[in-house]
Amino acid sequence: MNHDAYPDNYIRGILNSVKSIAMVGASPVNVRPSYFAFKYLAQRGYDMIPINPGHVGKELLGKPFVASLSDIGRPVDMIDIFRNSSHIMPVVEEALTLDPLPKVIWMQLGARDDAAAAKAESVGIKVVMNRCPKIEYGRLSSEISWMGVNSRTLSSKRAPVPTQGMRLSLNRMSVGGGETAASDRAAKNKSEQS
Amino acid sequence: MSDRLPGFSTLAVHAGAQPDPTTGARATPIYQTTSFVFNDADHAASLFGLQAFGNIYTRIGNPTNAVLEERVAALEGGTAALAVASGHAAQVVVLQQLLQPGDEFIAARKLYGGSINQFTHAFKSFGWNVVWADPDDISSFERAVTPRTKAIFIESIANPAGSITDIEAISTVARKAGVPLIVDNTLASPYLIRPIDHGADIVVHSLTKFLGGHGNSLGGIIVDAGTFDWSTGGKYPMLSEPRPEYHGIRLQETFGNFAFAIACRVLGLRDLGPALSPFNAFMILTGIETLPLRMQRHCDNAKAVAEYLAGHPAVASVSYAGLPNDKYNQLARKYAPKGAGAVFTFSLKGGYDAGVSLVSKLQLFSHLANVGDTRSLVIHPASTTHSQLDDAAKVKSGAGPDVVRLSVGIEDKEDLIADLEQALSA
Repeated sequence: MNHDAYPDNYIRGILNSVKSIAMVGASPVNVRPSYFAFKYLAQRGYDMIPINPGHVGKELLGKPFVASLSDIGRPVDMIDIFRNSSHIMPVVEEALTLDPLPKVIWMQLGARDDAAAAKAESVGIKVVMNRCPKIEYGRLSSEISWMGVNSRTLSSKRAPVPTQGMRLSLNRMSVGGGETAASDRAAKNKSEQS
Repeated sequence: MSDRLPGFSTLAVHAGAQPDPTTGARATPIYQTTSFVFNDADHAASLFGLQAFGNIYTRIGNPTNAVLEERVAALEGGTAALAVASGHAAQVVVLQQLLQPGDEFIAARKLYGGSINQFTHAFKSFGWNVVWADPDDISSFERAVTPRTKAIFIESIANPAGSITDIEAISTVARKAGVPLIVDNTLASPYLIRPIDHGADIVVHSLTKFLGGHGNSLGGIIVDAGTFDWSTGGKYPMLSEPRPEYHGIRLQETFGNFAFAIACRVLGLRDLGPALSPFNAFMILTGIETLPLRMQRHCDNAKAVAEYLAGHPAVASVSYAGLPNDKYNQLARKYAPKGAGAVFTFSLKGGYDAGVSLVSKLQLFSHLANVGDTRSLVIHPASTTHSQLDDAAKVKSGAGPDVVRLSVGIEDKEDLIADLEQALSA
């Protein structure tokens, strides 16, 4: 997989197929991006599991915190990692010990570890880096258009009015693959410099 | 679902718009409302905390305006956009995110006169100090960079003479200085030039001109290219630091490559207040649907009129980058191969009096202070917009006593040429 620019079909396929998402680094602080994403994905019907050893015994929006991936005790479809790039590898290594393996490992905006990605892909796990699943879901459904964001999708169909907890259709016509070309180039240049 | 790339004309009609979820209305409805009800207290809190996508109050966002924003972002190849009340409002909102009092920005000397005034006087009173550079001398931008420089501002096609700016060369200077390049793309429109493809980080427009295109609605827009890293060195605290207005959110960390557009909305538009009327957004959206058709006709007519004027005995010179012997023709071929725009100047051998006489005798061209209308427009800057300047200052700003500016419309070119013919010969 080219991690500089993901085709919409790749992201769409992931968000349409996964049901459970374990979020590593989920924060109970309601101005942190992980809290935003956790809440949004839960509202869109995903089975969310917050992973954070510092908050075991507490709940995040009604879901009990779990100390580590190994402690979940049931299969998960996707692992969403809210950690800096330098902390990705140990999480991926732990994910690779799970049985069954997760289908997807997703690293948040700003997080990228190509070696960890290669390791996961070598055992058939799909990897997404430097993206936010909330933004991608909002983009492909065009819900993010309320914020003037370029969804890079088109549709001539009448969409249902979104309501609480409702899954939205992500199957709109793509205008371009993943990010826009200019922002892709900028992100690639940045990752090559670092 | 194939990842096929639709063309520019398809985006001009469709991007951002889909049938209204509630009624099925196919044209974008005018959501002429100040406010939007919340589902419940948690929904309200989520919206105010920027945790959920949705509408609160039309000063912050409106569904009609959102369609306009997404459409222009798509046409420019940006990640997001924010529509505001005018092109001037766009410039205030952009610079408010980038500059603190005492900071500087570099601006090309060749700009719309209103921008020169805004930068020189209004922004100076905010402590935002403009440093002028010459767009025909790229090294003048390099020399103007200081540790306080926060941005570079240029026009893609520059007012009033329609000169073409070397966007890539200036973007190289901006990159080296570690500051964003802001390009006012009003006179080109994304149909002729997409500045983001040439290194712009932020694009601004007066939507009032070619995008709206019909001379009936004011508007402005800011497009975020998603290319600039705001996090380095604490240089742009509005984007990189925890914002007390939003309980400590860091906008770049939260919104990634459209954080600048969000900052303009939730820190700029929310607090400064220059919101666009949804009715104006609707009028401008309708105009944009025909942008590719209109813009090509504007350019084709402008070229025919410029060629006619260049051969007229009463005309001393024509400044139109679309003419093969023009100083800017090479840059026009590179940046605007479909046409060099429709705003340009020419000078009359008869000087000031000939300029006043021409304007008074024209029957189709309207004498007014705007550009980018379907109608052809004319102004004699020395007797109007620039009349308060002394003669030397007039010449320096491209508005010498003998200069006339045209904005060529989409009428039949033969009629425009006939109108000029009778006015010049009488």
